[in-house]
Amino acid sequence: MSGSSSGNETVEYIQHHLTNLCVGDCDPVTHKAVGFWALHIDTVFFSVALGVLMIVVSARLGRNLVTGTPGGFQNFVEMIIDFVSGQVKDTFPGHNPLIAPLALTIFVWVWLMNFMDLIPVDLLPLIASGVLGIEYLKVVPTTDLNTTMAMALTVFALILYYNIKVKGVLGYLKMFVFHPFGKFFIPVNIVMSTIEELAKPLSLGLRLFGNLFAGELVFLLIALIGGTMAVGLGALIWFPLQVVLDLGWLIFHLLVITLQAFIFMVLTIVYLAMAHTEDH
Amino acid sequence: MNINVTLIAQIIAFVTLLWFVNRVLWNPMNDLLLARQKRIADGLAAADKGKHDLELAEKRAKEHLVEAKSQAAEIMAQAERRGNEIVEEAKEKARTEGERLIIGAKAEIEQEVNRAKEQLRGKVATIAAAGAGRILGREVDEKTHADLLKDLVGQI
Repeated sequence: MSGSSSGNETVEYIQHHLTNLCVGDCDPVTHKAVGFWALHIDTVFFSVALGVLMIVVSARLGRNLVTGTPGGFQNFVEMIIDFVSGQVKDTFPGHNPLIAPLALTIFVWVWLMNFMDLIPVDLLPLIASGVLGIEYLKVVPTTDLNTTMAMALTVFALILYYNIKVKGVLGYLKMFVFHPFGKFFIPVNIVMSTIEELAKPLSLGLRLFGNLFAGELVFLLIALIGGTMAVGLGALIWFPLQVVLDLGWLIFHLLVITLQAFIFMVLTIVYLAMAHTEDH
Repeated sequence: MNINVTLIAQIIAFVTLLWFVNRVLWNPMNDLLLARQKRIADGLAAADKGKHDLELAEKRAKEHLVEAKSQAAEIMAQAERRGNEIVEEAKEKARTEGERLIIGAKAEIEQEVNRAKEQLRGKVATIAAAGAGRILGREVDEKTHADLLKDLVGQI
């Protein structure tokens, strides 16, 4: 076995795992999307499935709500809702009935999608290819830029909507012209404000995507330790190492996915709070 | 970059999910939490009110007790006074009754005396006539000496 072929296998393994199940405008060889009209079925499937899970569990819980002393699961959900509404109350001025459910949706949905990252990287693709005959499967929806940007752009649309609703079109444009350096630096202000506004959705979407993509990649590399490097007796060393590393990264990543979901939620609240404040 | 129509699909999924979460999870939960908050607040308020009521009741009970005590004292004083009055009245009545009895008795005595006097007067005339007859040794006719006897009896 030559080094280059092993390297090719490694690259192929990683590439394969990072390729979405694409339909429509896709490259027949690499299976990557080439045009706009390509749909990542796996991304949509897993995110929608997790969303449906949320709704079903919520609906079942909603039917059995107890006002007095709540049971275990209701208690847990109440804890999350309390936490989210606490964040909203701390950060958001005034009252908008959309903000808290939006923050809750983002926090729970993003966390669930991120959590798919903790399922062993080969498990679901293996089942998919073995049982269903699906060759490509990318399990974590948040490692697809489409998902993170979809949320970021929705939030951005809300930012624009509330900016215009609260400040008026002229007020919002005025902010672009006179912010942040006053009336003597109007061209600079316009450039700065535009960058600032555009950076909001970009940073939101790319931060989540980057963190989860990198996390997934590390899981893949750890999986490779035992997979391709272990030959014969070497497995005695590499396999335990893989287990230890995987466990370590798993525990660390559990923090990361929670943190990323939290950051997405908090930044959404903060951006919308900024959109609601008259005096920028 | 790998942006494609998945983006649109995910936006639709996100907005739909948001709508569902708002409807199915957030609203009922929020209502529930608000209801519970209100219940707890009501319970605490009721507890406070109960405590306050208890204090008031205690105060009132104390006041009642004090009032009852003073009332009892007053009643007792009144009773004593009334008792004294009754005794005084009885005394007074007894005295007047006694006086009346004494006056009656006195009058009776006087009457009795007068009657005795009258009787005596009547008898004195007879005795005097008899005495005089003895002394004179002859019958004294009361009729003939009626004037004399009348005069004698008038002198007694």
